[in-house]
Amino acid sequence: MSIRLDNIAKHFGATQALEPINLDIQEGELVGLLGPSGSGKTTLLRIIAGLETADHSPTPGRILFGERDVTHVHVRDRRIGFVFQHYALFRHMSVYDNVAFGLTVMPRAKRPSAQDIRARVYRLLEMVKLEAFANRYPAQLSGGQQQRVSLARALAVEPDVLLLDEPFGALDAKVRQELRRWLRHLHEEFNFTSVFVTHDQEEALELSDRVVVMSNGRIEQIDTPETLYRAPQNRFVFEFLGDVNYLEGKVHNGTLTCGDAHLAVDLPDGDAELLLRPHEIRLAEQPTPESHLPVTITAISPVGAEVRVELEADWLAEPWLATVRHADFNRLALRRGQRLYAHPRHWRRFPEATENAEVQTHLA
Amino acid sequence: MSYFALRHSGSARVLPGFGLSMGISVLFISLVLLLPITGLFGQLAGLSLAEYWAIITEGRVVASYMVTIGAAAVAALVNAVFGLLLAWVLVRYDFTGKRLLDALMDLPFALPTAVAGITLATLYASSGWMGGWLESLGFQVAYTWVGIALAMAFTSIPFVVRTVQPVLEDMPAEVDEAAMSLGATDGVAFRRVIMPHLWPALVTGTGLAFVRSLGEFGAIIFIAGNMPYETEITALMIFVKLQEYDYAGASAIASVVLFVSLALLLAINVWQGRFIRRLHGGKG
Amino acid sequence: MRRIGDAPLVRRLLIAAAVGLSGLFLLLPLVAIFAQAFSQGVSVFWSNVSDFYTLHAIGLTLGIALLTIPVCLVFGVALAWLVTRFSFPGRRLLQTLIDIPFAVSPVVAGLIYLLLYGRNGWIGSWLNSHDIQLMFAWPGILMVTIFVTCPFVARELIPLMQAQGSREEEAAVTLGASGWTTFRRVTLPNIRWALLYGIILTNARAVGEFGAVSVVSGAIRGQTNTLPLHLEQLYQDYNAVGAFACAALLALIALLTLAAKAGLEWRASRREAFA
Repeated sequence: MSIRLDNIAKHFGATQALEPINLDIQEGELVGLLGPSGSGKTTLLRIIAGLETADHSPTPGRILFGERDVTHVHVRDRRIGFVFQHYALFRHMSVYDNVAFGLTVMPRAKRPSAQDIRARVYRLLEMVKLEAFANRYPAQLSGGQQQRVSLARALAVEPDVLLLDEPFGALDAKVRQELRRWLRHLHEEFNFTSVFVTHDQEEALELSDRVVVMSNGRIEQIDTPETLYRAPQNRFVFEFLGDVNYLEGKVHNGTLTCGDAHLAVDLPDGDAELLLRPHEIRLAEQPTPESHLPVTITAISPVGAEVRVELEADWLAEPWLATVRHADFNRLALRRGQRLYAHPRHWRRFPEATENAEVQTHLA
Repeated sequence: MSYFALRHSGSARVLPGFGLSMGISVLFISLVLLLPITGLFGQLAGLSLAEYWAIITEGRVVASYMVTIGAAAVAALVNAVFGLLLAWVLVRYDFTGKRLLDALMDLPFALPTAVAGITLATLYASSGWMGGWLESLGFQVAYTWVGIALAMAFTSIPFVVRTVQPVLEDMPAEVDEAAMSLGATDGVAFRRVIMPHLWPALVTGTGLAFVRSLGEFGAIIFIAGNMPYETEITALMIFVKLQEYDYAGASAIASVVLFVSLALLLAINVWQGRFIRRLHGGKG
Repeated sequence: MRRIGDAPLVRRLLIAAAVGLSGLFLLLPLVAIFAQAFSQGVSVFWSNVSDFYTLHAIGLTLGIALLTIPVCLVFGVALAWLVTRFSFPGRRLLQTLIDIPFAVSPVVAGLIYLLLYGRNGWIGSWLNSHDIQLMFAWPGILMVTIFVTCPFVARELIPLMQAQGSREEEAAVTLGASGWTTFRRVTLPNIRWALLYGIILTNARAVGEFGAVSVVSGAIRGQTNTLPLHLEQLYQDYNAVGAFACAALLALIALLTLAAKAGLEWRASRREAFA
């Protein structure tokens, strides 16, 4: 079922939680709402669910599920599945009763037979790999298990759309990773339309077909994860999607100078600020005529596929973070206190007036 | 130095005052709470089992049990409904005068029972504001067991409200939202999701109200009429025996009241503990 | 935000029921007390209150409350400190034992004291032979009042001190503070409002206790008659206006208690909102 939001806005008292928003979600899409806290992403999700009502004035918005206008439909009749951050399982009910709840509260005419309910609940429990836990109580399950029950419960009523509010936010890193993979898998298998909220950019990029980046009640960009990462439309998106290093200085005759550091740039004279991702910095023992950025290594963290290196220098207000492949790390024999030269492969600029990205690539 | 002394004492008692607070507490509880109860058993020891049995099963005394238990049960049940309503309204809704209503809930605890007693007796006597009106409708409250139940309900309503209120407050909005998102109507959600959460508190509060009503004295005797076999409560029976200097009789009846109250209190505690364990997976 | 039972009709109906029933059941009696007390005018009320026996009853009642409070305070603080700052076998038992006064009928409470300290009791008979009389005198009233009121301070403090934990006290001790300094400078500021409310509750109950006191007092006018007992006598003597004058004084204390509670709660909620 596709979702269409037309001109949806929301005030809480005097604060505008959402500026008028338009959003189209295709049938079968898995869309992530990504943003810092207070960006309005959860409010938007709750409005889609019918747990909050959008503003009626100045202009009333509309919410469509497929062709069905659900703007004024109560949450209980919207045919949504909602998964809560803290699971919100009914503590006094067994796992089985939790999953069966939505089926047993249907009006008698629509309610499946007891056998059908049983069959369906067990099918779902099997799907979430918890059939052995049917008679347990929520308090006897781990966080990850509880969230799987909560998902099975939401899916039991065969909702038109599945909405998840920070579904993995309360879980530890390893379980989170596992559940993410599993949700992606489930989504591909059943192909329901899903919207989930997260503040974790990695989660959004990994799971979503498309990501909606939000801040201050506005949509900043809607794109596929690849496009989003490669072509952020503005400074906010770029900063929110990963670590950023800043280089501020004065440009004169095609050279940006900052203390004893300088870099050849193709920019008009005046103040400039360049933004670089950690993997866009190459470390070398020597400067080049284009790039003279002396730095000192202050910390090394050899975790994961790459080594994270923290760099400091007199001309830097804040330390830089660079990521180096293990092979390069070994070749350069990096150690704390070592003095090196940083060479940007690539940088971006978001001049305040235009907010459009300007990208320059340097062959290093 | 003291650091090492603490470490090597092999105890987790880092904070001072264990001996002092233990001394005061144990001394106080022994002298004030436990010692006097031994007096009761001393008095009972002077009675043979047959004598004891004869006193506590005498017709007038048994009648007083029935009146007390019956009225207390009615009062507790009425308070279960009324208290749930009040707790719900105080937690779930905002309205003008809410703070005042909330403060009013503690009135029965703060108001001396004798004051409540003479006030209710005056209000519900046939010459009183309420009594006159109710009598014209054909109800007599004062000097009947209904009056006793009314006085009991008045003094014990805070138990239900104040036990249910915090549990209702702690119920996250998500529980409501989950039930609604799964298609439950308000009625179904209340019955199947909210009530099961409130049961333990509601039963505990009602139980405490019941225990309190069993022992209540000051609020009841003015409105009860105190007719033997009809409207005489057990606490008054004890008082009457004392006035007749029948200490043995008073003690025997008191021992029944004491035993029943303590047993009920214990039962409530155990039952509550079991419930909490199930909902919180062994913690607490 | 939508919650169960938020439909306007349901909401209005339930609020109306709650307010209506509370008004009839709780507020009306309160109004009736003052209406009765002043039914024959302020001057009659005043002469009832300034009657010698009434004044004596007020004095005795206040005196008893004044003596009860420090005893309950020391016990309550000691017990709360003990059960929230240390773990030891029997801790739960102690917490259960302090609930005894709540479960015991006031008449039974009076009775057990009378049995022990009365002329025939095993302590009472010894005291009697030394010409000490506790029962049917003010010390007996004091003793049963302490019995009835002793849980209040502890019951207010224990949940609060449990929730606060002992981190701050441990920090003070590691910084070299003595036990008394730790209590006075770290613990006390955190618990002072709960302590105050405990005292207010103790006071309200001490002033108003009827059943237990009526068993051990003997109710001799001008000697061992507390205000609630005096009120009963006036009522039994068909002096309803006089009885309600005393009732109005006691109700006033109850109202002050409620106001204090509301004030302290408001304060606490404001502090939470800022935290």
